[in-house]
Amino acid sequence: MQKTLKRYFPIFVLPTLIAFSFAFIIPFVMGVYLSFCKFKTITNAQFIGFDNYIKIFANKDFINAFGFTVKFSILAILTINIFAFALAMALTRKMAGTNLFRTVFFMPNLIGGIILGYIWQQMINAVLLKYETTLVANATYGFIGLVVLMNWQMIGYMMIIYIAGLQNVPTELIEAAKIDGATSWQTLIKVKIPMVMPSITICLFLTVSNCFKLFDQNLALTSGAPSKKTAMLALDIYNTFYGRSGFEGVGQAKAVLFFIIVAIIALSQLALTRSKEVEQ
Amino acid sequence: MKQKKMVDGVLIVVLCVLVVAFLTPIFFVLLNSFKGKLYISNNPFAFPTGETFAGLTNYMNGISKTNFFGAFGWSLFITVFSVAAIILFTSMTAYYITRVKSKVTSALYYMFAFSMIVPFQMVMFTMSKLANSTHLNNPPGMVLLYLGFGAGLAIFMFSGFIKSIPLEIEEAAMIDGCNPLQTFFGVVMPILKPTAITVAILQAMWVWNDYLLPYLVIGLSTPYKTIPVAVQYLIGSYGAKDMGAMMALLVLSIIPIVIFYLTCQKYIIEGVVAGAVKG
Repeated sequence: MQKTLKRYFPIFVLPTLIAFSFAFIIPFVMGVYLSFCKFKTITNAQFIGFDNYIKIFANKDFINAFGFTVKFSILAILTINIFAFALAMALTRKMAGTNLFRTVFFMPNLIGGIILGYIWQQMINAVLLKYETTLVANATYGFIGLVVLMNWQMIGYMMIIYIAGLQNVPTELIEAAKIDGATSWQTLIKVKIPMVMPSITICLFLTVSNCFKLFDQNLALTSGAPSKKTAMLALDIYNTFYGRSGFEGVGQAKAVLFFIIVAIIALSQLALTRSKEVEQ
Repeated sequence: MKQKKMVDGVLIVVLCVLVVAFLTPIFFVLLNSFKGKLYISNNPFAFPTGETFAGLTNYMNGISKTNFFGAFGWSLFITVFSVAAIILFTSMTAYYITRVKSKVTSALYYMFAFSMIVPFQMVMFTMSKLANSTHLNNPPGMVLLYLGFGAGLAIFMFSGFIKSIPLEIEEAAMIDGCNPLQTFFGVVMPILKPTAITVAILQAMWVWNDYLLPYLVIGLSTPYKTIPVAVQYLIGSYGAKDMGAMMALLVLSIIPIVIFYLTCQKYIIEGVVAGAVKG
């Protein structure tokens, strides 16, 4: 069977491979190479070694964006997961109206980042109008706004995954805990949370990757204002590429660094998941 | 039992408050989309009154300034054809690299999996320049690019499922005289249907809402703007001037998603759970 199938390579693999080369392989290889070059268009690239990487740190934009991204991600990941888990607990009690609540909480997840960003920009500005200020007057407003926006968007998604996890906890286990005299708090900490650990890992993975790579929402909500203080890494890279002519190489070097950071986070999370799976 | 009822009662009140809070932003843009553009910033939380009510003026402005129906059409075109191409071609590729064991196929598998962790910023500049020089900067070209970008996740999910299909079924089809194409479409594809629905939903949500790829490849000055690009275009250039058109455009952009969600809710929620667990 393998042998006959093998001859069908052009039909089964080639279309995907061609598309994948144009969208990913060639741009990726060129991207790594160009991060060591000075260029404006791709054709006039000139090899300059590590200069672009040194220039990243010539001003504080990248470091600031990194700090903002980390601060934002930690707060957003914690709040999203805690609220989502609490909602999932509330919606697995077999109450009336559960489906309606689930429908509403999940909906914001389907709205695109650009549109979400502008909806919240208008809302927050309308609230701040009463205090005669705007979203871009103070970096703290942008920071809080972004955290609230991401909560609004992602709580429903994570809630759905937690609900699926909680529904898989065997009822016998919970009843056994009750018979042994465990309080509902003890049941939660000692039985439910360990049993939904796989869901928690998935949700952490999804929130970390979504928060760390956030771009659309950041662009639409504040676009980095005031004075780049609310710019996250992806937006800073974008601005370096397209904001100043002559800095394309630095932008590409920042992108490579960003890729390495994201890869390290993803791989360490994967390793962590693996070690947890062994325990269970 | 009595205690559970009490807790449930309190919970329902809390959840209702949360539902209101969740719907407020959408209600807010809806409310303001019916007000005259100069009245919005006076009192953004007030209902439109006789004086401030603008009827459908904002909608007319929003639609004509962005050619909204054109943008809707291009968004639909790109999403439908990209998702169809992803389902068709990546399921075939996943089948091939799972069933044919060689160094080439395992190298391909790792490359597709690797592409999932690479952030878009890493390839955006080179990819958009390459797309421009190879004339992919049009809707059909976008379909090709989405096939390439979507391949990683789709192949990862399809091959995870194909591994669990017993070989005997395919071998029986082969003995009956089916060639690999007939075996794949007649036997394997029907088994793959649940995974295909999951992949389709995840990719459709991504392609429909994607902003940066169509913006960089197609740009603002062509008639092929998608909805997110049209929204950014209007608000980037007219934002401060015509708040009404902007509110109307935001409402218009949400309507297709809400309709899609309410009609396919079951599949969407199941797909998202399945996708998260496998991804």
